[in-house]
Amino acid sequence: MLLWLLIAVPLLAGALLALWGRRVDPLAPALGVGVSVVVLGLAVAAAFIGPVTDTALFAGIRAGFAVDGLSAVLVLTVAGVLLAVLVSAAGEQGLRTGRFTGLMLVFAAAMLATVTATGLAPLLMAWEVMGAASWALIGYHVCDPDAVRGAHTAFLTTRTADLGLYLAAGAALAGGVGSLSFEELPTAGAGWRELLVAGVVVTALGKSAQLPFSFWLSGAMRGPSPVSALLHSATMVAAGAYLLVRLNPLLGSVGWAGPLVAWVGAGTALGMGLVAIAQRDLKQLLAASTCAQIGFMILAAGVGSTGAAVLQLVAHAATKSLLFLAAGAWLSALGTKQLGGLAGSARRFPLVGAVFTVGALSLAGLPPLSLWVAKDTVLAATLAAPAPGVVALYVVGLAAAAVAAVYSAKALWFVWRPAAGVAQPPAAAEVEQPPAGRLSAVTGPPLVVLAIGAAALGILPLLGHGLLRPEPGPRWWELVVSAAVAGAATAWGWRAATRLPEPGLLHRWWDLEQAARLLLVRPVHRLAHGLARFDDHVLDRGVDAAARATVTLARQLDRRGEPAVDGVVRGVVDGARALGRWAQRPQTGQLHQYYAQASVGFAVLAVLAVVVLVVS
Amino acid sequence: MLSLIVFLPAAVAVVVAALPARLPARLFVGAWIAAALADLALIVAAWVRLPVAGVGPGGYAFEVRLPWIPSAGISYHLGVDGLALPLLAMTAVLFLACGVFALRETRRVKPYVLLFLALQTVSLGLFAALDLILFFLFFDLSIVFMYFVIAGWGHAERARSAALKFFLYTFLGSLALLLGFILVFLAATPHTFDIVELAAANPLAAGGPYAALTLLAIGVGLAVKTPTVPFHTWLPPAHTEAPATGSAILAGVLLKMGTYGFVRIAMPLLPTSWRQYALVVLIVGVVSVVYGALVAFAQTNLKRMIAYTSINHMGYVLVGIGAAGIVAAGDAQARTLATTGALVQMVSHGLITGALFLLAGVLYDRGHTYELGAYSGLAARTPRFAALFAVAAFASLGLPGFSGFIAEFQIFTGSLPAAPIPVAIAVTGILVTAALFLVALQRLFLGPLRIPDAPGTPHAVSDLRTGELLAIVPLLSLATVIGLAPRFLLDLVEPAAATVNTLVAR
Repeated sequence: MLLWLLIAVPLLAGALLALWGRRVDPLAPALGVGVSVVVLGLAVAAAFIGPVTDTALFAGIRAGFAVDGLSAVLVLTVAGVLLAVLVSAAGEQGLRTGRFTGLMLVFAAAMLATVTATGLAPLLMAWEVMGAASWALIGYHVCDPDAVRGAHTAFLTTRTADLGLYLAAGAALAGGVGSLSFEELPTAGAGWRELLVAGVVVTALGKSAQLPFSFWLSGAMRGPSPVSALLHSATMVAAGAYLLVRLNPLLGSVGWAGPLVAWVGAGTALGMGLVAIAQRDLKQLLAASTCAQIGFMILAAGVGSTGAAVLQLVAHAATKSLLFLAAGAWLSALGTKQLGGLAGSARRFPLVGAVFTVGALSLAGLPPLSLWVAKDTVLAATLAAPAPGVVALYVVGLAAAAVAAVYSAKALWFVWRPAAGVAQPPAAAEVEQPPAGRLSAVTGPPLVVLAIGAAALGILPLLGHGLLRPEPGPRWWELVVSAAVAGAATAWGWRAATRLPEPGLLHRWWDLEQAARLLLVRPVHRLAHGLARFDDHVLDRGVDAAARATVTLARQLDRRGEPAVDGVVRGVVDGARALGRWAQRPQTGQLHQYYAQASVGFAVLAVLAVVVLVVS
Repeated sequence: MLSLIVFLPAAVAVVVAALPARLPARLFVGAWIAAALADLALIVAAWVRLPVAGVGPGGYAFEVRLPWIPSAGISYHLGVDGLALPLLAMTAVLFLACGVFALRETRRVKPYVLLFLALQTVSLGLFAALDLILFFLFFDLSIVFMYFVIAGWGHAERARSAALKFFLYTFLGSLALLLGFILVFLAATPHTFDIVELAAANPLAAGGPYAALTLLAIGVGLAVKTPTVPFHTWLPPAHTEAPATGSAILAGVLLKMGTYGFVRIAMPLLPTSWRQYALVVLIVGVVSVVYGALVAFAQTNLKRMIAYTSINHMGYVLVGIGAAGIVAAGDAQARTLATTGALVQMVSHGLITGALFLLAGVLYDRGHTYELGAYSGLAARTPRFAALFAVAAFASLGLPGFSGFIAEFQIFTGSLPAAPIPVAIAVTGILVTAALFLVALQRLFLGPLRIPDAPGTPHAVSDLRTGELLAIVPLLSLATVIGLAPRFLLDLVEPAAATVNTLVAR
């Protein structure tokens, strides 16, 4: 019951708010915050009680939900960030609507269902609803064509990856796991299990914006900042990492899956970190860094360390939500998110500047902040993994950590740089929306709470147990090495902030979107138009031609066949008439002629009789 | 009870026919709505009473059987099971929605209402028929009545030729169907057209060329009606020229006659040949899925686009029932899932595409064109229309939470074990439909406001009126209810689907 409430309350409240129309708008922010407080309460209760429930869904497939240790952490993270983001969004004029609040709640419900589902079927349902809610939220400002395009790209890219989950469900059934429940998946038959794992991995990488799917997150940045803070940092993009953690026994049952996942994670951490360095837009920088930081979670999932992945997930959720909300606060106050236009913003709004600094330093991996601990736990788990090539993975991970420090320092330097003149407005080219010039009163508290989280969540392994205390923890020299690397890289990044290279390829996110358009979208477009022409000009014309041929045949029959048939009939008639006329001839009515005819007749008969007699 | 359900609209039609045509239009439409409501209530009662009433020896409830032409083995035989009842309910709901939507119709309302009442009787009769000739009769009458709807209330001059094409093409298909029925009749001893007796006797169990030819005749006849690629070219023009209510009934109910025929007749009566050629059916389904989606993607006319997505959606049905015939590979659960999914898809498509066509009718009413390029930015002016269209579009692209997902997930999951590669290709269909609906939403609703400036266009584009809301919202609500809590439907469909699969596997 508790679990159903946890999902149903935000779902129904959100659906009602989103569909009610504009009359509900004045109440929407308050209602949204109220509902999310209730959700947080339910989440806390669920985390302590650990409810389990299920219901019949399809033949032999049940929709099960449960809160275990892993789900409890995720449920609390989602509910907490939801509350912080909705409070913060209440301060943005354009977002104080039923549609926005409702969609955020629907999204949260889908995310809560995702992290509590115990089988592929309920997971897929929640998973895809999450994608659709993301589409509606990124494209929230319907008049902004870039936002709409970004929403389309995000939805279609993630749905492409989601096809993997449809195939995985079928493969599980074919492999003998009729229930599709997570616990039984590793027992799937050998050949089918490979397909099952491949489908799950592709889906997870797509949702988590890992290489080569990362590009959709760039377009998604056109959406409102609170959307980025909830969906594209703490929850939806982390869902892929969650899925891989949840299905770790399944990954382990197929030899190639773990190393593949680990290398994609490490590759994304480094590759997207480099992309982040090359960005000039604060939200783009943060988005690329999200891909990179989730890469660490994927790396942890690949080497089989559930605890390290979860720690990284929680620490990153607090840190990145904080940074996105701060970026959004500046965007609404100053009208820009370009790094060049944000000069002096941290000085002009010191509270936001302070919390942004905490977040950025955590992102840089500086001690004693949360991501420092989390990242080192991931790296320690990597080094301890019993697979070949872990040293190479560790080195790539450490390089990615250094890159993270550089882009964090770059962002910090730009926002702390003194504005050239006193209160000089940003250059016109950098203004993206009319600046409000001030911050709403509700912006501050959630930022402070998230900043405390970003700073202090690193102590979780000391307080926690089980899942939150991953074994092996980082050894002392690992902590020192990573702190030294992060410190040095931060210092260098700060000094070189304006001179950092921004090569076009990295600035354009490795041209992945262009590649997808060139290799997938355009051929499908061409094929579609070609088939449509075929349909109109060949198939349809063929049918029409068959109909016309029938008409032509009928006409020909009418013109040629009919006279012929008619001619035969007429011939018969004429023949009969001629015969009749001949038959009339002897009928003269004169007696002597009849006698003559009779005598001729008898003569013929007599001759015939003689001939017969002679012959016989 | 079944006879009452089937012939209630016809009885109302007889009464309406006696009224003078100059009475107010609302009176006629009101009679239609009342008849549809009463019919729906009866069907709901039948649904509720089904467990109490129980099924007869043939597996059917509420059976009626009267001799009709005994010398030829033809009887008036009606009955329902878990396959028929959901379709009867969907038909009644859709006719009710169309009745409410038609409240604003002003052109020759009396014959219009008469035609729809007649269509309702033949549609309900077809889904309840348990005799091949009775089935064929209703099948053909549906073509006749729909011809008059398109030709008489269509949009333009082209409506006549589209209606003629629809009539001739589907009529030709029905002749193939009749040929197949006669072949089955001749094979059975004693000769009969009774579906229950034929299913029990299984006269063509030996297979062979005769049985294959019979399946081909029946298959082609039903494929034209469904329609599947390459027999679909009558569908887009018929939809484009038909009035909104006609399109909704054509797509929602008449197309199901084809797919229902496969499940009700082809699978149980020709199990040996069905198993033999199941892969062909599945591949025809996959081609329809992919081809329909891609061609829909290239359309610029909203109604043509929805028409091609219908071909795509009916393709999923064929994938499911084709996989159900591949007995060797799949276990019973997979085949039950596939057949159940196919059945749910029929109901789901009726509700969702019905709603989409009614919404397209609203668009035509406001702008007098279906061209997507003629509109832009409607979301600001017509928020309710935009919201409902977005909901219908997401339902149609198979988003979980709506009935389409319940259908397609079962079809994919249940079919993949039987034929992994074709089904993997079919899965990409949901991606293309997603893309095309997103593009359509973007063109219609986002960006700067633009409305067609054709002569006769009202200048202020108004949002959905109450009547239109009352027609469309229940359809989408039902699709949502099935999407979130499907058990009430699946509890009915699953046993029937399992029965069909048992008949196929024998």
